[in-house]
Amino acid sequence: MSKVYMALQDNEEAHYLVEALEEDNPDVTVDYQPAMIRIENEDRLVLKRETVEEKMGRDWDLQSLHVNLVTIGGNVDETDDEFTLSWN
Amino acid sequence: MAARKLNLKERYSLLTRDLDWEYSYRDKKEIFPYEDFEGIKITDWSKWEDPFRLTMDAYWKYQAEKEKKLYAIFDAFAQNNGQQNVTDARYINAIKVFLTGVSPLEYQAYSGYAHVGRQFSGVGARTACQMQSIDELRHVQTQVHAMSHYNKFFDGFQDFSHMHDRVWYLSVPKSFFDDARSAGPFEFMVAISFSFEYVLTNLLFVPFMSGAAYNGDMATVTFGFSAQSDEARHMTLGLEVIKFLLEQHPDNVPIVQRWIDKWFWRGTRLLAIVAMMMDYMLPNRVMSWKEAWEVYFEEAGGALFKDLARYGIEMPKYAATAIAEKDHISHQTWSTFYNYGHAAAFHTWMPDEKEMDWLSEKYPDTFDKYYRPRFEHWREKEQAGERFYNPTLPMLCNTCQIPMGFTEMDDPSLIAYRQSVYQGERYNFCSDGCKDIFDHEPEKYVQSWLPVHQIYQGNCGGADIEKVLSEYYRINMGKDNLDFHGSPDEARWNAWHNLESAEERLKKAG
Repeated sequence: MSKVYMALQDNEEAHYLVEALEEDNPDVTVDYQPAMIRIENEDRLVLKRETVEEKMGRDWDLQSLHVNLVTIGGNVDETDDEFTLSWN
Repeated sequence: MAARKLNLKERYSLLTRDLDWEYSYRDKKEIFPYEDFEGIKITDWSKWEDPFRLTMDAYWKYQAEKEKKLYAIFDAFAQNNGQQNVTDARYINAIKVFLTGVSPLEYQAYSGYAHVGRQFSGVGARTACQMQSIDELRHVQTQVHAMSHYNKFFDGFQDFSHMHDRVWYLSVPKSFFDDARSAGPFEFMVAISFSFEYVLTNLLFVPFMSGAAYNGDMATVTFGFSAQSDEARHMTLGLEVIKFLLEQHPDNVPIVQRWIDKWFWRGTRLLAIVAMMMDYMLPNRVMSWKEAWEVYFEEAGGALFKDLARYGIEMPKYAATAIAEKDHISHQTWSTFYNYGHAAAFHTWMPDEKEMDWLSEKYPDTFDKYYRPRFEHWREKEQAGERFYNPTLPMLCNTCQIPMGFTEMDDPSLIAYRQSVYQGERYNFCSDGCKDIFDHEPEKYVQSWLPVHQIYQGNCGGADIEKVLSEYYRINMGKDNLDFHGSPDEARWNAWHNLESAEERLKKAG
């Protein structure tokens, strides 16, 4: 087992992303550090567009994740609906 | 019938792969002359995958959004005299190191990716490299803009690009990138995209930037995270390059492993200065270098190399040495700069009592035993009016170009010292890692432009060190260099905040 992780800038939009990540990855660890939020999980972490839209109450393009993303660790798979980090 | 909306994969394919064409009247080897000489075998470029399926239109859209956010913050920072709100003027010296040592590397990366973005015959790799090239240009521009504000109020920022090409410690980062850019295109990718971006840059851009935020530096944290949001894409490119090369041909595996060994070691040496910035130059500390190293190299890198084991790739050769160094490297590097504080374009100082206690707590096995006594001695000398400056010129490692001040890890009182003889000349190294790199390609590294050798050969403005520093390096003597205590930076800071200098306090007490 290895951890995958993602760090987001600590801002309004990121708070919805964190809520969505917490809902779709129940065992996720969220660590608030100065100006950033580090989210890690064993082996796999998935961000779903639909969950984010539900939290935000509006349409949200998954690729706009790039605006608030600080860093990642893990293999990336990206579709219109999901952004997934994993280790094999 | 309305046209069906294309999904991400289809859009990406049409807007990148589909832009390639067959070469009908020129030989492919003539168009891509650098693709074969390194021994890397590519059998099918179409197997290349970009996990971030970012097309040019989306790229411009999101980059523009990032820039708008960034410049709004720069404006707010400048309008609100943000320079007065950092924790302590000593902190600004970390930003001077950043501008003179790191930002010019962004420019080198821009140029390097523009080059390889032209040289690969695979269109997916070309597109990714071109985007990264534009990102890197954005990074150098935003960094220069952000720090130009500090240039109005602090010394040492004014001549960063001139200094980058000449000053002794800046030859460390400069030669690192010169080395990568003068390698072949695949080595460049393994060096910069994988070994540096994926394995090591988090250590610079994540905990250090979080530290900048913690020290009230809104401008730096913002350019740092804005740059790092591109780095997430760059890191993914680095991982894709490695997987692609390893999957293309088994003959690639030993070549890639050797590059990983080399560039991991080159990278850890380069990051010695970041270790020092984190442990000594942030008045409010988020985490120690050692803790950052454990999270971002040992844990994250461990997971990565476990993932790559299925290709036959192992942990970098000198990872164990680098791990042992986490207890020493920041202290040894800060000592070196303290020694040569008269020859640097930023200020150095001895940590105060509270800061030493923090270092003792974070480095329980090493700080009190090896470093605190030396630092207390230097502090006493400073208090007696005899601040220590080392008047000699140090011997440099022929590979990483860092002064030979690092020690053996099993005996931290003994300077590590390695030698090789090539064509009758003797070459010196700081470590087994640096010696290995030289021994594998001596023809390349005998050409190293070593600042101390160049001074002794008379190539830096003559025999007078004062003149080398002031005229050749363009350090404003007495302003940019020497200890923070007694500097014009300190005086200005104290005036803004109605503080007394240490000297004034001493006078009153006396």
